[in-house]
Amino acid sequence: MVMSTSLRRCGRRLVFSVFNNREFSTTCQGSKVIQHHEQLQETGKSLNLCSAINQALHIALETDPRSYVFGEDVSFGGVFRCTKGLAEKFGKKRVFNTPLCEQGIVGFGIGLAAMDNRAIAEIQFADYIFPAFDQIVNEAAKFRYRSGNQFNCGGLTIRTPYGAVGHGGHYHSQSPEAFFCHVPGIKVVVPRSPREAKGLLLSCIRDTNPVIFFEPKWLYRLAVEEVPEHDYMLPLSEAEVIREGSDITLVGWGAQLSIMEQACFDAEKEGISCELIDLKTLIPWDKETVETSVRKTGRLLISHEAPVTGGFGAEISASIVERCFLRLEAPVARICGLDTPFPLVFEPFYIPTKNKIVDAIKATVNY
Amino acid sequence: MALSHLKSSSSRSNLVKPLAAAFSLRRLISTSTDPITIETSVPFATHRCDPPSRTVETNPQELLSFFRVMATMRRMEIAADSLYKAKLIRGFCHLYDGQEAVAVGMEAAITKKDSIITAYRDHCTFLGRGGTLLEVFSELMGRQGGCSKGKGGSMHFYKKDSGFYGGHGIVGAQVPLGCGLAFAHKYNKDDAVAFALYGDGAANQGQLFEALNISALWDLPVILVCENNHYGMGTAEWRAAKSPAYYKRGDYVPGLKVDGMDAFAVKQACKFAKEHALKSGPIILEMDTYRYHGHSMSDPGSTYRTRDEISGVRQERDPIERIRKLILAHDLATEKELKDIEKEVRKQVDEAIAEAKESPMPEPSELFTNVYVKGLGVEAYGADRKEVRAVLP
Repeated sequence: MVMSTSLRRCGRRLVFSVFNNREFSTTCQGSKVIQHHEQLQETGKSLNLCSAINQALHIALETDPRSYVFGEDVSFGGVFRCTKGLAEKFGKKRVFNTPLCEQGIVGFGIGLAAMDNRAIAEIQFADYIFPAFDQIVNEAAKFRYRSGNQFNCGGLTIRTPYGAVGHGGHYHSQSPEAFFCHVPGIKVVVPRSPREAKGLLLSCIRDTNPVIFFEPKWLYRLAVEEVPEHDYMLPLSEAEVIREGSDITLVGWGAQLSIMEQACFDAEKEGISCELIDLKTLIPWDKETVETSVRKTGRLLISHEAPVTGGFGAEISASIVERCFLRLEAPVARICGLDTPFPLVFEPFYIPTKNKIVDAIKATVNY
Repeated sequence: MALSHLKSSSSRSNLVKPLAAAFSLRRLISTSTDPITIETSVPFATHRCDPPSRTVETNPQELLSFFRVMATMRRMEIAADSLYKAKLIRGFCHLYDGQEAVAVGMEAAITKKDSIITAYRDHCTFLGRGGTLLEVFSELMGRQGGCSKGKGGSMHFYKKDSGFYGGHGIVGAQVPLGCGLAFAHKYNKDDAVAFALYGDGAANQGQLFEALNISALWDLPVILVCENNHYGMGTAEWRAAKSPAYYKRGDYVPGLKVDGMDAFAVKQACKFAKEHALKSGPIILEMDTYRYHGHSMSDPGSTYRTRDEISGVRQERDPIERIRKLILAHDLATEKELKDIEKEVRKQVDEAIAEAKESPMPEPSELFTNVYVKGLGVEAYGADRKEVRAVLP
């Protein structure tokens, strides 16, 4: 079990029951690069999410001489130490600091990628991505389309840490994924654990479309699990059922999954069997896996940290209602951040906590 | 803490000195406004303008108040550091110690009718604008008594009644706002100017150049103040900027490079800049300064620079030590009396912290206020759209 083994280590804050590792197997059929979970385990080393990302970046730079890592402070290792040791190993020509200019960083990355390079850009916090919004939405996402496929920036991957950390305040806590899910032409990926992060990041870097990779900064140090040392990729646009159940389907991504997982344990104690799905890729997303699950359970709950209105939960909800209208036994529930700016002292009220999710699970099941 | 308040409190203190024209004899320093002339530390470097005079006029009262205010700022930031480490301050916290001369010198040259807008390193600018220690510490700890009612935290200090437009968390984003403030000043013909502060890291943001063009195009009375502390987070200026001569960055906009560790050089430059801005539009002031702390609390500040460099600046250029030396050289107070001021300041800071800790946390309902204008009637949804639903207050 991915999350619980890792999060148990943080002791008092998160209490988990111990699960068999196999139950949370990282499914990886359908791609020849991907090893089976059992094999991954054999060679695995215990890593936190930050180190797993670091390892992925090492592999990306090692395996492709035309790959580059750049962003604010990355050559020193970055503010979260995710790019530690890269500049020393691969040189300042391939791993370099940029000035403080997000718009410039992404625009530069698009140009670099347009000449068949792998541009791995870091935006220091997802909250700082907005100066680059124009470049992402108007330049990166539409380059292929408007040039009639003459040009593209498929080699561009933007890594950026997102989400609450307990005390980040207004500008170090936001989850802006939904803004980018409104933009055809880019992919949005969010990993939930170290092993997932490494495999998904390598897939993103090698994907032939521009990708935004949101890293759950809350889990950088907190999530620890066995991560294979070798080069492996996990498929994009493939969701994963990380816990099987029969009464209700829970869909989430990134750090929120660990909260939802705890809610599943609590609900189970009350006799409710929850199926938990990690969406992993938000756009283009795996509707089939979610649909299959909802057809089985007849109920759906979506949870994310971003405000509920216009969040990506709305899109999932609408799509599933379209597909499973006659199978649904209760309205789709969304347990999300509130419709307020991300608060400082009120963070505990704002975030979609375990208890909020448990309440909604009960309300939906007893509808 | 307002300058005026500090002056009055210094008059209550024991700094009673005999009076003499040649300063050889002691006098009542707190009330004396007899002029003293002081030379700025280094000449101003200029870009497309003539430099202001290096000779600055001051008086004992101002010198002592500079000392007291800067000592307060320094002590306040050190205390904030401890409070952060004790986890009483959460969120992000960027400290200003080392850069005090900029806030103090600027304030001495302008009035509260002029507006100031800055980035997230805003505690001391707020204090200079007349904020109180209690408001500072309450806000830092997220209490009701804070200057933003505890809803903003370290990066979001504001003081409307004295033209302090805050407190902005996104690097460089406040500079175009400063142009808007300046336009309003110009349109209202109120003979006031806007000071838009930013750091050397922010100087590389695209919006800065947009702001420069707009303000020059429309002759806006805006002063772009680059507080060059030489490090954008962990990156030395020369690694991030092709030209670290930020005062020349405006090309067609005149600029002045100022010793930002010398409060009187800052004062002189700001006075000059205000006159220039009112008459002929924008000007850049590059304040050559230094921060002793790391960029924020998560940066120890010692990985990208040497300890020798930091202690060298402390010894050679410290803004408070400069004022202390001036006071002693002009025989306006004894070393002991200055030490007493520092002790007094320390006590005020401690008292403010104790009082701030008593201030309650904001009411939970405040989570939903100020999202839109009051009474707009917008419905907000709770975590679950079905269970929690409220009309925003």
